[in-house]
Amino acid sequence: MEIPKLYVSSSPHLHDRPTTASIMWNVSIALAPAALWGVYAFGLRALLVLVVSIVSSVLVEFLLGKISKQFTITDGSAFLTGLLIGMNMPPSVPLFVPILASIFAITVAKWVFGGLGANWINPALAGRVFVFFSFTGLMSQYSLPRFVGSVDSVSQATMLTAMKMQIGEPAVQQLGSSAILESIAYPASRFGLSVSDSLNGIISPYTVDAFFGLIGGSLGEISAVLLIAGAIYLMVKKIITWHIPVCFLGTFSLLAWIFGGLRNGMGLFQGDFVLQLFSGGMMLGAFFMATDMVTSPTTKKGMVIFGVGIGFFTFLLRYFGSLPESVSLAIIIMNIFVPTIEKYVLPKRFGEVEKKTKSTKEANA
Amino acid sequence: MQRFPTFRKGGVHPDDKKSLSSPCAIERLPVPSELIVPLSQHLGAPASALKQKGETLDIGEKIGKASGFISADVHSPVAGLIKDIRKVTLANSVVCDAFVIAVDAKQPVKVWEEQPYAHLSGAQIISIVQDMGVVGTGGATFPTHVKLMVPKGKSVDALVVNGVECEPYLTADHRLMLEETDKVLQGVMIVAQAVSPKRIIIGVENNKPDAIEVLRNAVSQKGYPIDVVPLKVKYPQGDEKQLLKATIGREIPSGKLPIDVGALVLNVGTSFAVYEAVALRKPLIDRVVTVSGEAIASPKNIRTYVGTKVVDLLAYCGNPKERYEKMISGGPMMGFAFFDDQTPITKGSSGILVLDNQKELDAPTTACISCGRCVAVCPMGLQPTKLYKLIEHRRYEDAMKMNLMDCKECGCCAYTCPAHIPLVHGMKLGKKLGRK
Ligand code: SF4
Ligand code: SF4
Repeated sequence: MEIPKLYVSSSPHLHDRPTTASIMWNVSIALAPAALWGVYAFGLRALLVLVVSIVSSVLVEFLLGKISKQFTITDGSAFLTGLLIGMNMPPSVPLFVPILASIFAITVAKWVFGGLGANWINPALAGRVFVFFSFTGLMSQYSLPRFVGSVDSVSQATMLTAMKMQIGEPAVQQLGSSAILESIAYPASRFGLSVSDSLNGIISPYTVDAFFGLIGGSLGEISAVLLIAGAIYLMVKKIITWHIPVCFLGTFSLLAWIFGGLRNGMGLFQGDFVLQLFSGGMMLGAFFMATDMVTSPTTKKGMVIFGVGIGFFTFLLRYFGSLPESVSLAIIIMNIFVPTIEKYVLPKRFGEVEKKTKSTKEANA
Repeated sequence: MQRFPTFRKGGVHPDDKKSLSSPCAIERLPVPSELIVPLSQHLGAPASALKQKGETLDIGEKIGKASGFISADVHSPVAGLIKDIRKVTLANSVVCDAFVIAVDAKQPVKVWEEQPYAHLSGAQIISIVQDMGVVGTGGATFPTHVKLMVPKGKSVDALVVNGVECEPYLTADHRLMLEETDKVLQGVMIVAQAVSPKRIIIGVENNKPDAIEVLRNAVSQKGYPIDVVPLKVKYPQGDEKQLLKATIGREIPSGKLPIDVGALVLNVGTSFAVYEAVALRKPLIDRVVTVSGEAIASPKNIRTYVGTKVVDLLAYCGNPKERYEKMISGGPMMGFAFFDDQTPITKGSSGILVLDNQKELDAPTTACISCGRCVAVCPMGLQPTKLYKLIEHRRYEDAMKMNLMDCKECGCCAYTCPAHIPLVHGMKLGKKLGRK
C-alpha cells in the first residue's frame, strides 16, 4: 500500500465548516431578494447602479490586493460591500457616485486600516456617508417606484423627508406620521390603500407601502418584508443573532413611542413608530449594517449595549437632529464605542460567581 | 416535551457519528504476537520498571511501580518475554520507556474470580485500586486512587458518574453501559463504599436512550441508590466542570477541583475498571477501544490489551480504506493526531479514529473577522479571539491575566471559527510558554 499523506495537526479535528467566505456570500444571498425588488420597483437603471457598485468594489479590492500581495476577492467581502453600497444608492444616482463610494469604502475604510477584520467602521456605511455629505443633492433625489407614479419622476421626497419638512408647521400639530403624509397628499399605492381600507384604516396605507416596499428610497432599503426575510435566513443559518437588531429596533421603538409625539405637540406615549420602523433604511441598517461582525462587539452583552446605543442615537438624530442619515450616523457613532465596549464588557467566566451560588445552594440544601 | 438539563454557557453540537460503531457489540481482539506496554500511561510521573530485558512475565504481573504521589502501577497483560525496553512516542507525544513483550503463543487460561468486597474499608478499597493500576479511562488518565483519597476536611456530597461520552465517534462507554451494566454499577457502588457520598448520579446524554433505559432497569432491580439523569446533548458535557454544572448545578471555581464543590466525578469506563480491580482483583490490563471513522471498513468496539499496537487493531477492522488522511487517538475534538501505526494503546485510549475528510475541512486561515462565535461557544466564558491575539504577540502574561489557564482545550472555539484560526493550538502554545 502506498503510504498515504497523513495530516498531523492540533485538535480539534472537526470543523463546523463555515468559512469567512461562506458567511459573506450568505449575507449577499440574504440581501438579494430586497436588491432584486429594488430593480423591479425602479427599473433597469437600478440594476445598473448595483452592478457598477459591485464591480467597482471588487476591482478596487483586487488592485489593492495586488499592491499588498493578498488575494482576497474570493472571501466575498468586497462583493458584499459593493452590494450594500449599491443598495444604499438612490436608483437614479449618477454612476460616478457609487464608484466613488466604493473606492472610499474599500480603500479608506478598510485597506488603510489593514484589510478585512481590522476596520473599525463598516466600509459600505463609510462609503455611503462619504458620498452623502459630498453630494448631498444627488443623494437626496429619489424616484418613486413604479407602483405609485412614473419611474421618471425624480426628486420626490421620501416619506421621512416629507414628514420632516412638515414637522413644526402649525397645520400638522397633533398629527401622527401617517396623518401628516395624508395632509400633504403624499402618494400611496393602490395596494396600500386597499389593504388599509379592508382593515378599516387601522393601519395606514403608508405603513403598508413601507412594509411591502412600495415606496421611494434607496434602491435596496424599501422592502421591509424582504429584508426581514433575509435577516431570518441569516438567523436560521446562525450567521447573525437577534441581539443587535432587536435591541436597536426595540430601543428605537420604545423611545419613539414615548417621546416621538412631543415634537409636534402631542403628549408622551403618543409617538407613532411603526411607519418609522419600516422606512428610511431602518431595516437594512438594523439587520445588515449594524450586525457587521467586524465592527460590532463579540460578546452577547456587548451586542446588547451596542444595539441599544444605536437605537438611542437613531431616535435622537431622526427626531431632534437636523441631519438626515440617522441610522448610518448612529451606527458609526456606536462603532467608535466598540473597542471600549470590548474592553469592559467581558463574558461571564465559568466558575466566577461560584461563591454566591454555592452558599445559596447549600443554604437551600 | 421533556426538557433535559445541560450546562448553560457555550458548547457546540458536532455531528456525533456514533451510529458508525454504536450497534457493534464489544469484541475481543485475538492476542497479538507483540505488545508495547509503556510505563507512562497515566497523568503524573512515569512508573519505574520492575523487570528487565529477557525476563519472562505472567498475566497480570506488576512490571512498573508508581514513582510518585501522582503516578500509577503498570502490569503485564499477558504471559510472555520482555524482548526489549525502549523509548516510544505515544499518540499524545509523551515519550517514555516501554516494555516490548513477545507474547507466548499459548497463553495460560486465567480466570479472574469474583471475591467478596462488601467488608472492605475505604482505605482497603483505595489500596486495591492503587495496586491494580487503575487510572481514569476517559483520556485524562488521572490515577484513580489519588482521586478517591478525599482530602481532610472535605467530603463527597455527590458522586457523579460520567456516562456522557460527548466526543463524536466514541462508543466504548456506551457499549459498556449496555453490555456490562451491572458491573459498571457495581463499580460505582464500590467507589461509593470508599467515599460514602450523600447521593449518586449517573449522567447520560439522551442520544443514548437504550443505555439510559438499561441503567434505570438495573438500578431499580438491584435497588441501588443511584439516580440516572438524561442530559441534553451538547459538547463538551463530558468535561467534569460542565457535567457537574449540568447534573448538580455547581460551578467549580477557576483552578479548583470537583472535590472543592463536594463532588467526585468518575467515568463509566473507570467504574468498570474499579469493579474488575476490586471484585476480581484484576489489574487494568485491557480496555474497550472504539475503532471508527469514515476510513475504517468495519468500525468496531474492541476489548483489547493495553500495549496493543494500532496496526493490529486496524487490521482486525479490515484495514483503512485506500485514501485516509488522519489517525487520531481519542475523540476528534480533543484527541491527538499521530502517524505511526506502531503506536500502542494505553489505559487512556478511548478510541482510534481514521478520518478521510481532513482535506475538505482544511481551509486556509484568514483574518479574524470578530464574529464572536468563539466567544459564544467557549464553555469557560473566555475570549479565545483576544487570547489568541495576545499569544500571537507574545504577550503571555496578559493572556494569563485573561485566564488563559482556565482553557481546557475543548476545541469548541477552533471548531466554530469561520476564519479557521488554529485557536486551540495557540492556547496550548500560550500555556506552555506563559507558564515559564
Ligand atoms: S479550547 Fe479553551 S478557549 Fe477554546 S472554547 Fe475550549 S476552553 Fe474556550
Ligand atoms: S471565531 Fe474566529 S473569526 Fe470569529 S472572533 Fe473568534 S477568532 Fe475571530
